[in-house]
Amino acid sequence: MSRPRLPTLRMLALPLALLAFACFPVFASDYLLDVAFFFGIYTLLGLSLNVVLGEVGLYDLGHAGFYAIGAYTTAILNTHYGIPVLLLLPVSAIASGLFAFLVTSPIIHLRGDYLCIVTIGMGEIVRLALINNPLGLTGGPNGVYGIETPTLGFLAIDSSLAYYFLVWLVVGVSIIALRRLQRSRIGRAWNCIREDEIAAQATGINVRSHKLLAFVIGAALAGVAGNLYATKLLVVSPESFTFWESCLMFSIVLIGGMGSVPGVIIGAAAISLFPEVFRSFANYRMVIFGVAMILMMMFRPGGLWPRRRGGTESRDLLQRLWRRNA
Amino acid sequence: MPDAVRETVLETRELTKTFGGLTAVDVLDLKVDRGQISSLIGPNGAGKTTVFNVVTGIYRPEHGSVRFQGTEITGKRPHQIVQQGIARTFQNIRLFPNLTCLENVMAGMHCRTTAGLAASLFRTARQVEEEHRIVEAAEARLKQVALWELRGELARNVAYGRQRMLEIARALATSPRLLVLDEPSSGLNPRETEDLMEFIKGIVREEHLTILLIEHDMNVVMGISDWVTVMDGGKKIAEGLPRQIYHDPLVIEAYLGGRR
Repeated sequence: MSRPRLPTLRMLALPLALLAFACFPVFASDYLLDVAFFFGIYTLLGLSLNVVLGEVGLYDLGHAGFYAIGAYTTAILNTHYGIPVLLLLPVSAIASGLFAFLVTSPIIHLRGDYLCIVTIGMGEIVRLALINNPLGLTGGPNGVYGIETPTLGFLAIDSSLAYYFLVWLVVGVSIIALRRLQRSRIGRAWNCIREDEIAAQATGINVRSHKLLAFVIGAALAGVAGNLYATKLLVVSPESFTFWESCLMFSIVLIGGMGSVPGVIIGAAAISLFPEVFRSFANYRMVIFGVAMILMMMFRPGGLWPRRRGGTESRDLLQRLWRRNA
Repeated sequence: MPDAVRETVLETRELTKTFGGLTAVDVLDLKVDRGQISSLIGPNGAGKTTVFNVVTGIYRPEHGSVRFQGTEITGKRPHQIVQQGIARTFQNIRLFPNLTCLENVMAGMHCRTTAGLAASLFRTARQVEEEHRIVEAAEARLKQVALWELRGELARNVAYGRQRMLEIARALATSPRLLVLDEPSSGLNPRETEDLMEFIKGIVREEHLTILLIEHDMNVVMGISDWVTVMDGGKKIAEGLPRQIYHDPLVIEAYLGGRR
């Protein structure tokens, strides 16, 4: 039934990516390392939205709101109370997750475009609230500045190189965690809900709690990205968390392929590297971007690297389980 | 029929469901006995599927109650009702089209397994063992419906008749006590229908299941039912053994029309 297969792009991708990741700093300039840092941030954001949009199929166009909550949590707690920013990484995740739980609980039953509209509103409310400087905490349109750089004991993270490793370390851990979730009972339940909500209920899946869980996990990961963003820029302001930012995250997931981790990385590369490559004709950037999106939807609607199911995947699953229990 | 040992598994009392001005189910009393194959029949629009949707928690009734194995389940949410032991299939097959056949059936095990977020993230020994159990049970179910060879195939790529069996396998994976089938033979050819009837009889015998089905194919109804309930206009108009129903003038009138 199966003949020996040549190594495919899919199989070589991981070793190649790791090799590139390790070798990249050797020759890269600080500028390129910074580009790679933001590539990492967008990968994290893409992964976080992918949980909600890719795995569960919930249209969330306000994801920048969760990103903002994470960034501002770090900025405010660090500048006001002097808590080290790395310590604030989990705190930001929890803050964003909690926020997501509170705001999505009453809207979680909405479907499709209705949910989409409400999340757009949610994202905008967060941004406008930040501009209005509630309790004098967010600094209004100027934002919060004077955030400290992260330190790991005596090891200060203050170079582009250190930031590069920090963000990609977090990306690596997140990918492992998300892949484990994908291959668990929870990940399958998410996919079932995406495929057919009524059938998922009728199969015994608690649709509401699994949707909420997806939002909380997605938001928490966006909060982590917000924390890293704040520690890199040392300043956060509302203009970094606009509706456009949510659109970019949405595009990342669509370009890569819903529910696909490698797809998200490719999508994030497209979104974060694109502006750098086309910097010279910045005025046409959006035109090219728009045309590229249209062409993609026409010729590759499943994304550039769709998640593959079918024969091999379930066979892999079985083999892994067998080996583990052998 | 030894009526003495009859035990009611599912019972609706004065069940009423309206949609705007339309009363889809009108004060319905329905009983399903343990270990039997009960059929719910009636002309189009009689309210059969609505009864199913109320029983499985998709709709909330305006009035009346549903009891299952002595417990009140009215108004419970669909996944809670599955947990209690009622599984269903749909008139227009509802699979998870872009998941594999195996994953479709594995989904049925969701309500009988418990691994949470932390266990999944840290791959605890128990979670791994549970996953193993899920795959094994799902594979066994796929073998039971002769779909094991297609376990890696996406559900949407599988032929119609097999999709029906896959949906039944998914329902069975939830370890139900009562299986509710909404027109299981629709769209099947005569041979597939024949196989389906044998299959249903088989699972009732071997797994001590109770079956409630909606069916239009009278050969199926007469061939496998122990008990038939006839609905028209949201009301029960007759019930009895298949051969009694077959000759009931009220039923014939409901189907063929008659003087009112």
